Amino acid sequence: MTVRTAELLMGILCALCSIGLMVKSAELNIGWIEGRGPGSGAWPFWLSTGMLLASLLTLFRWFRGITPESRSTVPYMTRETLVIVSISAGSILFLLVATHLIGIYIALLLFLMFYLRFVGRHSWLLTSVLMIAIPVFVFCLFEWALKIPLPKSITEPMFYPIYDLMYS
Amino acid sequence: MESILLLLGAGILEALQPVNLMMIILGCTIGLLVGAMPGLGSVNGVAILLPITFLVPPTAAIIFLAAIYYGAMYGGAISSITLGIPGASTAVATVFDGRPLAQSGQADKALIAAAVASFIGGTISVVLFTLFAPPLAAFALKFGPPEEFALMILAFATFIGLGGDDIPKTIFSILIGLVLATVGLDIISGQPRLIFGDISGFLHGVNFLVLAIGIYGIGEMLWTLETTKGKVAVHKVQISFRSLIANLKDIKSYIATSSLGSVLGYFVGTLPAAGATPASLMSYGLAKTFSKDPDSFGKGNVAGVAAPEAANNAASTGSMLPMITLGIPGSPTTAILLGGMIIWGLRPGPLLFTEHPDFVWGLIGSLYIANLATVLINIAFIPVFVRVLTLPFTILAPIIYILCVVGGYAPTQTMHDVWLMFVFGIVGYLMRKLNYPVAPAVLAIVLGPLAERSLRQSLLASQGDMLTFVERPISGVCILIAVLLVSYPLIKKYRNKPKANT
Repeated sequence: MTVRTAELLMGILCALCSIGLMVKSAELNIGWIEGRGPGSGAWPFWLSTGMLLASLLTLFRWFRGITPESRSTVPYMTRETLVIVSISAGSILFLLVATHLIGIYIALLLFLMFYLRFVGRHSWLLTSVLMIAIPVFVFCLFEWALKIPLPKSITEPMFYPIYDLMYS
Repeated sequence: MESILLLLGAGILEALQPVNLMMIILGCTIGLLVGAMPGLGSVNGVAILLPITFLVPPTAAIIFLAAIYYGAMYGGAISSITLGIPGASTAVATVFDGRPLAQSGQADKALIAAAVASFIGGTISVVLFTLFAPPLAAFALKFGPPEEFALMILAFATFIGLGGDDIPKTIFSILIGLVLATVGLDIISGQPRLIFGDISGFLHGVNFLVLAIGIYGIGEMLWTLETTKGKVAVHKVQISFRSLIANLKDIKSYIATSSLGSVLGYFVGTLPAAGATPASLMSYGLAKTFSKDPDSFGKGNVAGVAAPEAANNAASTGSMLPMITLGIPGSPTTAILLGGMIIWGLRPGPLLFTEHPDFVWGLIGSLYIANLATVLINIAFIPVFVRVLTLPFTILAPIIYILCVVGGYAPTQTMHDVWLMFVFGIVGYLMRKLNYPVAPAVLAIVLGPLAERSLRQSLLASQGDMLTFVERPISGVCILIAVLLVSYPLIKKYRNKPKANT
């Protein structure tokens, strides 16, 4: 896909998204309510109308070839970029899904192992040190210092002994 | 004047409290590291680390974040000089002369000039800040909802007029930020709004941090990975105590341009769209124009390093002026600071000076201390910061991602927000590749609730008469300037056209 095609697609998506937001805002009152001022939907409605106009203007400029992107035929994503970006995005996706399934601490451990060992090709020594140290640091910072419990899902029982230590 | 000095003295004492002093030193060091890493700047550091500051009281928290901001401005120069890649966009101009100096084996000279110039910029701008902030805040006390709204319009207009990005895309970015800010319960009627797919996570709204961390954490890392491909080459830096003294004596060759650049940077920095990057480029241009030897610029002139560095530091202080006095952030970083202040339960704006003087003056005092602390830490640990640059991306990237994920979870403690942050990061990155500016959206989501409230209050008071914004003198002037700013690119285009034809 070239940058030119990407800009067209993005312009269309932006316009559709604006229309969606307009419809969604119009579910509420977008007019004037006597004694209470503009209805709750008015502000987002007019903002999304503005978004629609801005996207249409971008599309118009694309057709006229005014923006530099609309004349560019270089690939939107080179193969190399696609690989490097999808590894990162994919591993974060894995981290989030795994957090739901097995809790954030085990997910962090696996995420770090994957990124350090298989993407970064660092030694097993460095990998294992960071793989343990970072989740422990996160635990100390959030659970202990900030008192913000992070999601642990099915691994919750593993932490009972630590809670006993922390809160006794 | 005397009262300002008294308040400032109290502020400096507040900043010297053990916990605050510790925050300054920690913040400066983290800022220097974040600034030095290619691709990461103050805004990324502040966005990713804001959730962690819930640990300390608000004054200490903002001092910490302001110190990061400061440190990052110093740190940006380190990678500009040793890698030839700007550590942050604000240090782009530093590359022009910093890189040739490093290539000719004078990296130490450039690094010290950058640090000293940053100190000059910081000092001059902090003094200007102290002088301008109280009268501006006192003046802003007269503002009612229409003036507040007009000021926000003015802030957004600067993006359109001076941002230099594609105008329809800039407008889109501003508006989507404002729309995202309306998600959740309506501030006046309490009705749920824009709850997509009836997902309950949208009921508490889209927290600005979710967008900021998504764009400046995940999106920025993807962007950096793409542009550097994770590979960087560092120039050698040799530094000794003797060369340090010798280099410090260079100061007379650039003190004049740095001072001029600082004043310029300060005023450019107060504009929301302009900020540190254009300030440093303008200061570089100015230094070159007024130099006796303009040809040496770009080939390794120390003044070419000093001028932009002084300006970008001064601009970072400048951008805090509208944030503290008017409640309008002067840069994306201060937008995040402003959002933080709202989380801490402070209402940004002119009342801050009368209601929370200890907070405001503590912050101002901390800027003086942070400036001094950063220059000392910077010069003392130059070799350490250069080492950090050799840290492989495959170690840095996962750590940043983890900070983003846990940082996105902390404010509301729902996984919904973390997913949303991930989506914003990816979409933000894809849009940024197509030249959609992202900073206006972050500014807009922070200002959104304030803008809507002041708009609706004004309309209620005026019985729906839109003219209220033009009829009141202060808001009328703001709207007028906003209109001029928006039409500026059009006028420029119109005036350039006849020239192009001949």
